[in-house]
Amino acid sequence: MNTVIIDHALLLAAILFCIGLLGVLVRRNIILMLISMEVMLNATGLAFIAAGSYWGQADGQIMFIAVVTLGAAEVAVGLGLTLLLFKRYNSVDVDNLKQLRG
Amino acid sequence: MCFHQAVPRDRRSNAINNKELKIGVEMQATAFNILFYFTAAVAVLSSIIMITRYNAVHALLYLIVSSLSMAIIFYLLGAPFAATLEVIIYAGAIMILFVFVVMMLNLGQKAVEQEKLWLQPKVWILPSVLVFALLFVLLGAMQGTGVSQQVNLVSAKQVGITLFGPYLLVVELASFLLLAGLIGAYHIARSPDARAGGTARQHDIDQNVDRVGGNQEQGGQA
Repeated sequence: MNTVIIDHALLLAAILFCIGLLGVLVRRNIILMLISMEVMLNATGLAFIAAGSYWGQADGQIMFIAVVTLGAAEVAVGLGLTLLLFKRYNSVDVDNLKQLRG
Repeated sequence: MCFHQAVPRDRRSNAINNKELKIGVEMQATAFNILFYFTAAVAVLSSIIMITRYNAVHALLYLIVSSLSMAIIFYLLGAPFAATLEVIIYAGAIMILFVFVVMMLNLGQKAVEQEKLWLQPKVWILPSVLVFALLFVLLGAMQGTGVSQQVNLVSAKQVGITLFGPYLLVVELASFLLLAGLIGAYHIARSPDARAGGTARQHDIDQNVDRVGGNQEQGGQA
């Protein structure tokens, strides 16, 4: 039957997580930071799916559904904050928020 | 799961069929592995290209490619339901949200020039070092067996039975989370004028002072 080295799926998840983290660290555009965060969430979902596939249990996919839900809620609130940031500073530079004081 | 194999029914030609079957299964396994590694390479490459784009819309297009390749990997790992969710929610709903906001902000060429200023090669150095350190720690933590593992198919039916059985609380929590996200996004993204609401007339002077003092840059955006 179809076999796959499960470590390689986890390795792919780790690499994608690191790429997403690099994007979050490097980019200053808040939209690009949110997109990179989506890649990180996707990578965690892949790790859950790989573990679920290894054990043959449905729990992994249920955790994936939870992760997707979290991603959707995070994007909705994050993009709302993006709109507010753009209205206030007329820019998507996240460094503007260093002026927040209480 | 993906590539159905023919089961030999004729017992007399069992030996020959077994041999053919073995070769066929090996070929299928090879094709399966090639597809897996190819798709993984596409996912990694499209993600790397994505985080280096100057234009947000280009990055979104590469995120779609990444999501679709992830969906194929989920399917190959025996999770067809998760693959469907990935296509519908990531490449569908979340992408639409991003495109909607990008079009609403209408950044244009000026933002691309700004990004080129921000993304000089030197800003990549320190984050790359940190991320590589994290990657090595992760690799060290994943010292696995390295054996080939048969892919276990987990069907949508099993997922549904487990989801609405022992994991019913997760459904409730997800609904709470989505409701909180909905209300939070509505409250945050509402214009300050609408947020003042019916009390605006009573505290008209206060509101005007506040608006002139704090939100001068807003202009006619509301």
